[in-house]
Amino acid sequence: MSHWIIAPVVLPALLAPLIAFVMRHDMLLARTASIAGTVALLVISIGLTGAALDGTVHVYRLGDWPAPFGIVLVLDRLSAMMVLVTAILALIALVHAVASGWDARGWHFHALFQFQLMGICGAFLTGDVFNLFVFFEVLLIASYGLMIHSGGKVRLRAGLQYVVMNLAGSTLFLFAVGTLYAVTGTLNIADLAVKVQEIPAEDAALLRVAAMLLMIVFAIKAALFPVQFWLPNTYANAPAPVAALFAIMTKVGAYAILRVHTVVFGPHVESLEGLPGDWLFPAAVVTVAVGAVGVLGARRLMPMLSFAVVGSMGTLMLAISAFTPDSALAALYYMLHSTFAAAALFLFADLLLSRRASGDLLHAAPQTIQNGLFAAIFFAAAIGMAGMPPLSGFLGKLLVLDALRDPAEIGWAWAAVLAGSLMTIVGFARAGSALFWKSTAIPDLDIAPGGAAAPLAPEVTPAGPLNVAPVMVAIALLALLSVAAGPVSSYLEATAGQLHDSSDYVDAVLHAPENETSKMETMGHGDDQDDGHGDETDEAGDDEHGDAEGAAAEEEAHDGAAGEGH
Amino acid sequence: MTEGGGFLPIIAMLPFLGALLPGLMIRAGRNVCAVTTAMPTILALVMLAILAPSVFSGEVIEAEIAWLPALGLKASFFLDGLGLLFAGMILGVGLLITLYARFYLAGEDPMGVFYTYLLLFQGAMLGIVISDNILLLLIFWELTSLSSFLLIGYWKHLPEGRQGARMALAVTGGGGLAMIGGMLILGNIAGSYELTEILAETEAIQASDWYLPALILILLGTFTKSAQFPFHFWLPHAMAAPTPVSAYLHSATMVKAGVFLMARLWPVLAGTDAWFYIVATTGLVTMVIGALIALFKDDLKALLAFSTVSHLGLLTMLLGFGTPVAAGVAVFHIINHLTFKASLFMCAGIVDHEAHTRDIKRLGGLASLMPVTFAISTVAALSMAGIPLFNGFLSKELMLEEAAHTTWAGNPQIVGIVATIGALLSVAYSFRFVAHVFLGPVRDDYPHKPHDPPFGMYAAPALLAVLVVLIGVFPAATVEPLVNLTAGAVTGQEMHMHLKLWHGVTPALFMSVIAVVGGAILLGLHRPLDRLWIAMPRPEAKVIFDWIVRQAATVSGRIAEGTHNGAISRYLAIFTAATVVLGYLAWAGGGMAPATREMLPIPPVVGVGWVMLLGATLAVVVMHRNRFRALVLIGIIGLMISAGFVYMSAPDLALTQISVETVTIILLLLALHFMPKETPRESGPALRLRDAVIALGAGGGVAMLTYAFLRRDFSTISDFHLENSYSGGGGTNVVNVILVDFRGYDTFGEIIVLGIAGLTIYALMEALLAGPASRRLRNWDFSRDRSRDRHPLMMVVATRVMMPIAAVVGLYIFLRGHNQPGGGFVAGLVISIALLMQYMASGFAWTQGRQRIEYHSMIGSGVVIAGLTGVGAWFAGQPFLTSAFGYVHLPPIEEFELATAALFDLGVFLAVLGAVMLTLYSLSRIARYAGETVNIGPMDYDPSQPPEEMAREEAERREEEG
Repeated sequence: MSHWIIAPVVLPALLAPLIAFVMRHDMLLARTASIAGTVALLVISIGLTGAALDGTVHVYRLGDWPAPFGIVLVLDRLSAMMVLVTAILALIALVHAVASGWDARGWHFHALFQFQLMGICGAFLTGDVFNLFVFFEVLLIASYGLMIHSGGKVRLRAGLQYVVMNLAGSTLFLFAVGTLYAVTGTLNIADLAVKVQEIPAEDAALLRVAAMLLMIVFAIKAALFPVQFWLPNTYANAPAPVAALFAIMTKVGAYAILRVHTVVFGPHVESLEGLPGDWLFPAAVVTVAVGAVGVLGARRLMPMLSFAVVGSMGTLMLAISAFTPDSALAALYYMLHSTFAAAALFLFADLLLSRRASGDLLHAAPQTIQNGLFAAIFFAAAIGMAGMPPLSGFLGKLLVLDALRDPAEIGWAWAAVLAGSLMTIVGFARAGSALFWKSTAIPDLDIAPGGAAAPLAPEVTPAGPLNVAPVMVAIALLALLSVAAGPVSSYLEATAGQLHDSSDYVDAVLHAPENETSKMETMGHGDDQDDGHGDETDEAGDDEHGDAEGAAAEEEAHDGAAGEGH
Repeated sequence: MTEGGGFLPIIAMLPFLGALLPGLMIRAGRNVCAVTTAMPTILALVMLAILAPSVFSGEVIEAEIAWLPALGLKASFFLDGLGLLFAGMILGVGLLITLYARFYLAGEDPMGVFYTYLLLFQGAMLGIVISDNILLLLIFWELTSLSSFLLIGYWKHLPEGRQGARMALAVTGGGGLAMIGGMLILGNIAGSYELTEILAETEAIQASDWYLPALILILLGTFTKSAQFPFHFWLPHAMAAPTPVSAYLHSATMVKAGVFLMARLWPVLAGTDAWFYIVATTGLVTMVIGALIALFKDDLKALLAFSTVSHLGLLTMLLGFGTPVAAGVAVFHIINHLTFKASLFMCAGIVDHEAHTRDIKRLGGLASLMPVTFAISTVAALSMAGIPLFNGFLSKELMLEEAAHTTWAGNPQIVGIVATIGALLSVAYSFRFVAHVFLGPVRDDYPHKPHDPPFGMYAAPALLAVLVVLIGVFPAATVEPLVNLTAGAVTGQEMHMHLKLWHGVTPALFMSVIAVVGGAILLGLHRPLDRLWIAMPRPEAKVIFDWIVRQAATVSGRIAEGTHNGAISRYLAIFTAATVVLGYLAWAGGGMAPATREMLPIPPVVGVGWVMLLGATLAVVVMHRNRFRALVLIGIIGLMISAGFVYMSAPDLALTQISVETVTIILLLLALHFMPKETPRESGPALRLRDAVIALGAGGGVAMLTYAFLRRDFSTISDFHLENSYSGGGGTNVVNVILVDFRGYDTFGEIIVLGIAGLTIYALMEALLAGPASRRLRNWDFSRDRSRDRHPLMMVVATRVMMPIAAVVGLYIFLRGHNQPGGGFVAGLVISIALLMQYMASGFAWTQGRQRIEYHSMIGSGVVIAGLTGVGAWFAGQPFLTSAFGYVHLPPIEEFELATAALFDLGVFLAVLGAVMLTLYSLSRIARYAGETVNIGPMDYDPSQPPEEMAREEAERREEEG
């Protein structure tokens, strides 16, 4: 496979320092570079999705080291799709940031944005658990920088909650990775999938702990109960384009669970006895409830949208928790949907709130200029988030309900999703009524008799086409997801199938194809000591060769160590 | 797809496409707008007319478009008698409403928006009645909830409109959600989501264990939509909408959707006891309650609204009886109700429009002022009352007949009696509509002098009134074929109902007579009864509903805000406790093989280190309120960990740990300068106890975990790394080769983390200094903890001496890194410590003036160099970060190794150095904001300079600051 697989990581990784250190004195230059880079990322990700379309699992061996010893990037349908979604969302958020001027309200927006993209793409593409940790760090620190962009007391305080909670998660990630390494001796996902199955139930205690701890780590990112507390304040106080981009951040956690807890700790692993799903399910049910309660009870717009995100993550995790191909399909569809729905809502909120005198309080205030336009956008975006037709949320909800048919789960799951939807609908209806309808009953100050009342905020400008375009595109994508549900779902069906039948994935990662000349085939191989890998990583014919070379290498290595170099 | 099937998707889509037009066409004027709105409706009606003959000949027209096969969702439509009747009603009345609304809406009402909503709603209704796939039906079902929300809230400035719209959405939308569940179960039992296939699975469905849940969930949807008791309350409040909306939603469409669905699913759901007792009883109760309330409503539209509730109850009851004839009667009454109720709504609208009030108590005597309206209203009202020669009589008679034959819980009379009471009340309110509005003396206190409206406004109700009479007199010639066709579609069997005016002397005739006479008497007694009604305490549904919603919102808000209030210590406590508990449960569920490694003996040195580690940790817990002290103690912990690494023969880790420790402690010390030196006591003893328990649990858990895996043998991929470090990576220091080669990609990520951290700190500092924090800093009084000699001579000299040594050590560590403990990371830290010392000794400004490289660029170039080193491999056709190395022999010096890894390591070095220094830069900016003076000389007291010069410099400095 060509080097394009790593382009989504390398491109922003090289662009970001250039923006930060070469172009930081000129906003136009930084904007141009950032948008150009994101467009390039989009083009690349379309190409990658095309490459993954036929079901081939492409493996990129960093440093040309064979798996599982080096780090691999894996491009399959799932990771390609996630990178594509990231690129689309990034472009939407970025255009909004530029059009609204958010990027100029603080330092290093574009550099942090590109680093953030690098972190997200890296997390989606990696085939290694420790590397996933590294990219979690990249995206955490970049997202923290973005979240507190332009500062302000409330935002900094919320940012602290965000970063502290997620650093705690990172610490736990290290414990989990350590435990996993102690049990299996490897961190490559494909290799783990093989090793984990070999562990007998009588010796699975540590493995189970590792699976559970990893799940909690990912759950923090995915904002699952009881570790969702950080999300509402964070999203509510983040700059709008950042909150929109964060729509994919929660999905990183969901993706990680979907990937790791299907391929490595999936239901096929007998010693785990379905442990992840058993705990994910109740957590997801409560998460849906938390989101719904938050939406219904919100007195401000931004927290309301944030709780809606929590609720949608609950629904998504409900679908994931069943760990079947059907439920994975539902989860993936819902994931696509909820990403753009959340983005649309946050971008809308920015359009409105930057033109509204009384901030995001959900009460009647003199109507904004373009009341009708904003009402229409809100109506559409809220329909999307609440899961009403004709946008994709409804189909997503149907898919999720349809996938959760286990008699033990159906009652809770359906009650949670349906009652949650009702509460969300009522909450959104109340909010929309207060924001857009009730405000028309308030006399316009501009036309007050005598002209005594000054215009509320003279600097308020109407939203131009460029301001509105990003949110419109996000909503259009929801409509497109709905109309093109057939083709999309067939791609997702194949994706879910590929995820659940991980043999291709494992084969592709652990068995280098003939034409790929790995460094090891020419210079040595250390498999002879390793009981697990010998027969998987090597063709039989290569064994002798490898052993001979390996022995030679060993000698040389000892030489080097003894003689302190040449 | 059957012949003509192609029309069905077009019919379904036409209103939605048409909805795009009115908003634009309104710019060409109101008439053009109305005509444009009518176009898609007319077009759809024409297509329906083309299909009608085939339907009448018994064909079922079908069409199917694939949509979401994974779910079984198809855009599939079918048209049979039931669909045809409803589609015709929806389109026909839609057309009349379009006409009526053109004249009804006032100049200031945005007409384009109204017509857009109307067409959206029409499309959604049409979709419901011609959907084959029940998931598609659900989509249209929810769309009616949404579009009716917009229609009801059309007058958005009126609180009644907004509240009515929200209530309708909550109730019908909620019912729709329940129905989603019901439909999914139904489809699951039947094995298909296609209605045409589901309808053939009666036995399987009724025998299933899931029948009752499905039935209840679906009925929740239909009852809410069709305003059945106890969900009836939203309907009257939806009357806040403009009258055309009320006429449309509550005569022909929205509320009939529930009835439609019960009729549609009648073959598979009806006939069981559960169906009978739930549906028939609900219908009966609704019929009577609706009629009773209607009688005492003074608002014309409210009277009609409750009468609609009552008639919907009647239809529901008929369907609930479960007999084919009753279902046929229901179909007939659907048609009749449509004609007289739409007509009455429009008349009420005319009265409101002309007299500017709909309050019955302020009206009366309009007969002579508005003769045309009076005539139309009378015809329609008499039909509603069930007076012979009008169509309402026919269906009411048949209904009473069916009721008389129905046994409820072993009691053969009760249904008949209650139904007669309902009919009686219905007669009373129908008479009242005519008597109290149009009859009586002409008054002189109308809010506006009423007269008949223009023709365009009364054309629609008049047409409907004509239909009322035509059907009433010639039922067999007009609607009998349609009724039989539709009833056949509902029941799934051939129906041969004979509709005629005279049925002979039957029990139903007596019941009718009782109802008419009783109704007339009741109207006569209206005044005293009304007083009694007003005096009587009645539960007001809206108040209860509003209370529930408000309470739910308030309680929810309290829960959500209370639990998400930013209490980070609680978040962490929950997280930690959950992790410990879940981790333990996971552990407990699996077995553990016995330990395979012996315990090692504890040498005394290690024991001492261990005690120091524990002691320092405990001391941090005890003394953490004093932040400086805590920092020192943390330093001890870090050192002991480094010592541990040394003991375990991990010199690289030890080196890294020590240098990281040093840098972070120094930076933390600098940061602490700007913060309170004591942590305030914020939690009480109970909280601290909680935290202590959780912390001990977590610590114990981690210890157990570590202990468990330290005592096991396991093989890892590290063996490979040991093996191939030299041959494949060109270095003998495996740790370094892992860092820059085997897992160089991780390192690449980590230096980027450092770089981002530097950027973030810089951006954060800029944001802080722009905010209120900067004011606080400016007012900060540092004088009491400031040293008199901030830049002591000894320190300056010592750091200057150390600088070249440290630089050489850093270079040495960097260069040997590939083969010996060291590397770019440690080297970067060592150099930055050396630089940090310069800054500490002589102050930031002085030092800054003496360095040429910008830290921003240093981080950037570090990341770029590391990245480009990785990219370089591409040109050799190798993957990112593939290393290459070779040995070079230059004559004067020994043979040495050149490796691309070294270049990568250089990137690491630069990024680390840059990040640390940028952090320092940010901290010193804060210091300057806080009023720290900027020093020009390297030290405060320079012995090499004469004192006068010192004084002069001091003066210069002051000048600059001032």
